[in-house]
Amino acid sequence: MSGAMLRTKLRNGLEVRLKEIHTAPLISTWVWYRVGSRNERPGTTGLSHWVEHMQFKGTPTYPAGTLDRAISRDGGFWNAFTWVDWTAYFETMPQDRADLGLEIEADRMANSLFEAKEVESERTVIISERQGAENDPSFRLSEELHAAAFRIHPYHHAVLGDKPDLESITRDDLYNHYRTYYVPSNAVLAVAGNFKVGPMLERIRELFGPIPKAARPVYKPRPEPAQPGERWVEVEGPGETAYLELAYRAPSAEEGDLIPLAVLDSALSGASNLGFFGGDISNKTSRLYRRLVEGELAASVSGNLTASIDPYLYSISVTVRPDSTVEAALAACDEEISKLLNDQVREEEVAKAIKQARALFAFSSESITNQAFWLGYSEMFSGQEWFETYLDRLAQVTPESMLEVARKRLVPSNRTVGVYRPNGRV
Amino acid sequence: MDEFKQLDLRSLPGPETIRRQVLPNGIVFLGRENFSSPSVVISGYLWAGALQEKPDRAGLAAMTAASLMRGTQERTFEQIYESIESIGARLSFSAGKHSTSFSGKALAEDLGMLLDLLLEVVRQPTFPKKQVDRLRAEMLTSLAIRDQETGARADLAFNGLIYRGHPYSVPTDGYKETVTNLTAADPRAFHRAHYRPGGMVICVVGGVKVKEAEASVAQRFADWKSNGRAVQLELPGIDKLKGLHRDHVTLEGKSQTDVVMGVPGPPRSDPDFLAAALANNILGRFGMYGRIGDVVREEAGLAYYAYSSLVGGHGPGPWQIVAGVDPKNLDRAIELIRKEMRKMSTRSPSQTELEDNQANFIGRLPLQLESNEGVAGAIVNAERHALGLDYYQRYPGLVRSFTSKDILRVAKRFLDPDNMAIASAGSNGRPA
Repeated sequence: MSGAMLRTKLRNGLEVRLKEIHTAPLISTWVWYRVGSRNERPGTTGLSHWVEHMQFKGTPTYPAGTLDRAISRDGGFWNAFTWVDWTAYFETMPQDRADLGLEIEADRMANSLFEAKEVESERTVIISERQGAENDPSFRLSEELHAAAFRIHPYHHAVLGDKPDLESITRDDLYNHYRTYYVPSNAVLAVAGNFKVGPMLERIRELFGPIPKAARPVYKPRPEPAQPGERWVEVEGPGETAYLELAYRAPSAEEGDLIPLAVLDSALSGASNLGFFGGDISNKTSRLYRRLVEGELAASVSGNLTASIDPYLYSISVTVRPDSTVEAALAACDEEISKLLNDQVREEEVAKAIKQARALFAFSSESITNQAFWLGYSEMFSGQEWFETYLDRLAQVTPESMLEVARKRLVPSNRTVGVYRPNGRV
Repeated sequence: MDEFKQLDLRSLPGPETIRRQVLPNGIVFLGRENFSSPSVVISGYLWAGALQEKPDRAGLAAMTAASLMRGTQERTFEQIYESIESIGARLSFSAGKHSTSFSGKALAEDLGMLLDLLLEVVRQPTFPKKQVDRLRAEMLTSLAIRDQETGARADLAFNGLIYRGHPYSVPTDGYKETVTNLTAADPRAFHRAHYRPGGMVICVVGGVKVKEAEASVAQRFADWKSNGRAVQLELPGIDKLKGLHRDHVTLEGKSQTDVVMGVPGPPRSDPDFLAAALANNILGRFGMYGRIGDVVREEAGLAYYAYSSLVGGHGPGPWQIVAGVDPKNLDRAIELIRKEMRKMSTRSPSQTELEDNQANFIGRLPLQLESNEGVAGAIVNAERHALGLDYYQRYPGLVRSFTSKDILRVAKRFLDPDNMAIASAGSNGRPA
């Protein structure tokens, strides 16, 4: 049911990825920009996410408000995401309406207005989004934990940005960020669905070809120095529930350690998806679930490992039961992790992790929207080969390579421990 | 309306592509093939829900559903989860007011395994004491977390106002005081009394031949003898709200206040339901949250989210507007939303606005029905509310049949900004 694929680059530097899929009358268009909170400095944190919001606030061709209306009227679905390393936009449309998605993306790559009035109205919306996140204890813990884990690298701050910055960022800050990073040479256009590659490429050349060429922005954040020892951060707040988060410095996407660490994560906390889109499997047979949840110390446990440009974090999050303590949960985590440092993981566990990854991969590739996601995602931190060779590299993981990675990565001196302590006030 | 000409009605699920069979014990099988997918989805429900709980056992239907996979006569909790997690499959249950739903997914070749497990856990669960005790502690932790969530607390308070004395006022996950007292004997008794094959629906969609899927279901489930169709309880009526009913839950240390406003809406069986759904789309969904999104988010910049929803289940589910705002903007947001409700219930939408929303309802069908999960959800929904196998093929015509006057009439019937409930939760003080 899948047809031709095409990988090319326009003269202005825009990378294009096309994939024919003839299973449903839909086309999904994604544009990925290599910009996220990693590209921000103190004083203007949150710029990338705010720029993403402003991309919905109009161009001369599509004034504010008309874009939503146009997409909805055609029965489409669109959204955008900002992450530490990238910002992505997509429209999934009925096939005969897909041109609208392409037109919008070509238009807002170069022509967004960033009108002062819209910037001010969006400032309170962005602050409101942050306030909503602050209501959640796990956001507050995670934000403090990142700040402690990264002293100088911009992974230090949350994608939403710091409140004082959100209050002081100007229209020009936003517009300059947009003009710097929203250029064809810094983007990947990925389209999947019910079309023919030839005419689709022709249309893309018409719409995106005239966008002026500009140098790909170079931004090298200061690298985070090696961690000299275990760090500890505590957050206090309302409620009755305590949370524990262990964040280990993780390898970047291109380091060989990432895939063995993904298999370790599967054994420890359940099927690992490296930040992929869609698909989920329960984690009740993982080592930490058995120890913490069946051991009646925690109500839930999960792991998170994401492919990233610079070394990021592998984190384990625990919701502590009211009749247990953070200290007991931490001791149990440490015992389980020390088993990984002392003994090789059994072959069956490795085989299970690989099977789970294959199933997740299959499930998360089913929809046309997700297929288009895949075409661009790995380009943001590595290249398409990363995605194409992912399952093969996973199959090569051995208990020996996992032991080596565990001993290098899962040691206390490489982690930050975060604790949310409820003060019992409601 | 030329914009609809491209939609091929034959591509939508209909009698030609959906297989429906009723087993002698009353189980309804529904299936549709999709060989472009490597996976298979199962979805359905049994008529056992929270309405069958006693008031001092609130949360029992949810506990029963969550206990099913914690041990059976054949397998332990560990064995059950090992069997699905090791092949990357999933199966889960959740209880609602009227029924308990399930959904599962696996690679297509594993359908048999998934159905074996479904049969085993609905027919032979053992509710091991240790597992139920552990589950209760997890539920209590979730309830402690719920106590701190502004959105959940505002919603609970809202339901308390619009469903005073009605079973819909009780949350499906119960209360701390009721869940604390539940023991393994409770879900065991609830299962024995209410889990029956009569009226159970099992829908299979994905990369398997539909006749083979039907045979797989029949072979496994046919000998589950029916002891009568599960009883669907009569719901008590609810009085129309008179005046403004206001509640506020104070939660310390919260940056944002959540507000829920609205009224009891039409059940899915109400002839006005679809027109009300269109009105709801105009009010708080179309584009970025419809008229409410335009006014509260885009123009006033008061909220990251401000939208409306219409539930429309078996009973009078809520028609509500939800917003998350800075505590100091709460009153202003409420007034803006009430103003939009008043406009909606006193003036017809323009022809363009109506047509935009009709186009949205129809045009989004291919996207909603793209995945196996989407198709299974749609088929189960049609079965649940007796809409007919041809519902999705008739749907474009039904949507197009409404006029601006119909929209005004249903808005006037339900939305009344002077007779409604408003509940909020956050760090604001209690309103006078």
